[in-house]
Amino acid sequence: MSRVTRYIKSLLLLELLQGMGLTLVYLFRPKYTMRYPMEHIPKSNRFRGLHALRRYPNGEERCIACKLCEAVCPALAITIDSAPRASDGQRRTTRYDIDLFKCIFCGFCEESCPVDSIVETDIHEYHFEQRGENILTKPQLLAIGDRFEKEIAAARTQDAAYR
Amino acid sequence: MTADFLLLLWTLAKVLAVTIPVVLAVAMFVYWERKVIGWMHVRMGPNQIGPLGLLQAFADVVKLLLKEIVVPTNASRFLFFMAPLMALVPALAAWAVVPFSTGLVLSNINAGVLYLLAMTSMGVYGIILAGWASNSRYALLGAMRSAAQVVSYELAMGLALVCVLVLAGSLNLSRIVEAQGGGLLHWFWLPLLPMAVIYFTAGVAETNRAPFDVAEGESEIVAGFHVEYSGSAFALFFLAEYANMILVSFLASIFFFGGWLSPFPAHWGVIGQGSFFWLLAKAFVLAFLFLWFRATFPRYRYDQIMRLGWKIFIPIGLVWVLVAGLLKYLHIITPGA
Repeated sequence: MSRVTRYIKSLLLLELLQGMGLTLVYLFRPKYTMRYPMEHIPKSNRFRGLHALRRYPNGEERCIACKLCEAVCPALAITIDSAPRASDGQRRTTRYDIDLFKCIFCGFCEESCPVDSIVETDIHEYHFEQRGENILTKPQLLAIGDRFEKEIAAARTQDAAYR
Repeated sequence: MTADFLLLLWTLAKVLAVTIPVVLAVAMFVYWERKVIGWMHVRMGPNQIGPLGLLQAFADVVKLLLKEIVVPTNASRFLFFMAPLMALVPALAAWAVVPFSTGLVLSNINAGVLYLLAMTSMGVYGIILAGWASNSRYALLGAMRSAAQVVSYELAMGLALVCVLVLAGSLNLSRIVEAQGGGLLHWFWLPLLPMAVIYFTAGVAETNRAPFDVAEGESEIVAGFHVEYSGSAFALFFLAEYANMILVSFLASIFFFGGWLSPFPAHWGVIGQGSFFWLLAKAFVLAFLFLWFRATFPRYRYDQIMRLGWKIFIPIGLVWVLVAGLLKYLHIITPGA
């Protein structure tokens, strides 16, 4: 008996119609698509993107060349040279390179920094056109920091309570 | 001499009058397919080129025409280039007997159904030749599958048409439509409901569309018979496939859903009158079913396709031929009421 009912059920295509009903419902669902260049998904204030070196409000660079970031970097993407600064003899970096091809954007450098100098901003839309452009030098990193200091500071303030 | 030339021009005009709208319809149908399947996947589908992405299909055509046609090593060059034409020409030629409205048909021949069956079966030669001439095992496998599938579903389709012929008493497509006159309940879908389903399903199988698309099953044999084709040669196969889909939709509306007849009573004014737009609307709904199937059903396994064709469709078809004969013999159905 059950075989007969099953046969009749399959002849009536009930399961197929059920499936088509489901796709019909989905036809009218609001779409998930984010039309990327025109629309953006909100980013977390912990987003780890392009790096930057920050300065204190008086214009002095924060980095004291402790090289903790260089030591902690799991991808060996950071290279630092240091020397006493000519003007006042303070310990400063003479070279601070980040190879973006090596970097895995883990954020350890930012976590290890005792003076909040190296940070990862939420910038993720960048590209390279020439060989070698993947290596960010100290002036470039400082320039990024200067340009986006407001956003960087705002994101750090928001996250401060959870650190 | 001038008379011959004029006749030639007139014939050419008639050919273009059907071919160009069909090609344009294919372009819009491809766009519509991508949109509908996108919506069913909760995506948007093409929306960048032109308003709402309407020009997407034309951009694709330009892209395909500009691409290089790669001929595989040791391919049979002549057959390799003949195959897309052999697939496309029958798909377009079949439109010659499709009646769009009362008297609006290119050639109102009496054996229209036979001509259609002949033309739609010819298309498979293009596929077989493409598979063989490509000198590729994937293409050959796809071609073999396609051939076996078309042969088995042709029978089921034929039986469905026999039922229509029994009820209509004519092989002429215009007469078949006229035999369905009298309103929604007089169309042949009601007495021949299983055959209407079988006809359309067999049509889906004949055009190698999902869920019967084992001939080009991407996950098994890459793209099947047209795996070696690129550029405009591929575009011709594409055109043939979609022209066939639209043709099957039109034919199913003509055979089972009253062609250009209106579903409403004649005293309802304009919408009660039969017109080309009714045929278009019916064909559109059926063509939408093709896309709906594709978005819903997973691909059949090969032996399941054969089982469905031979062990289910053909027996039901044979029984329903008898039923149709009895309906006609006992005057339960009187065509052209």
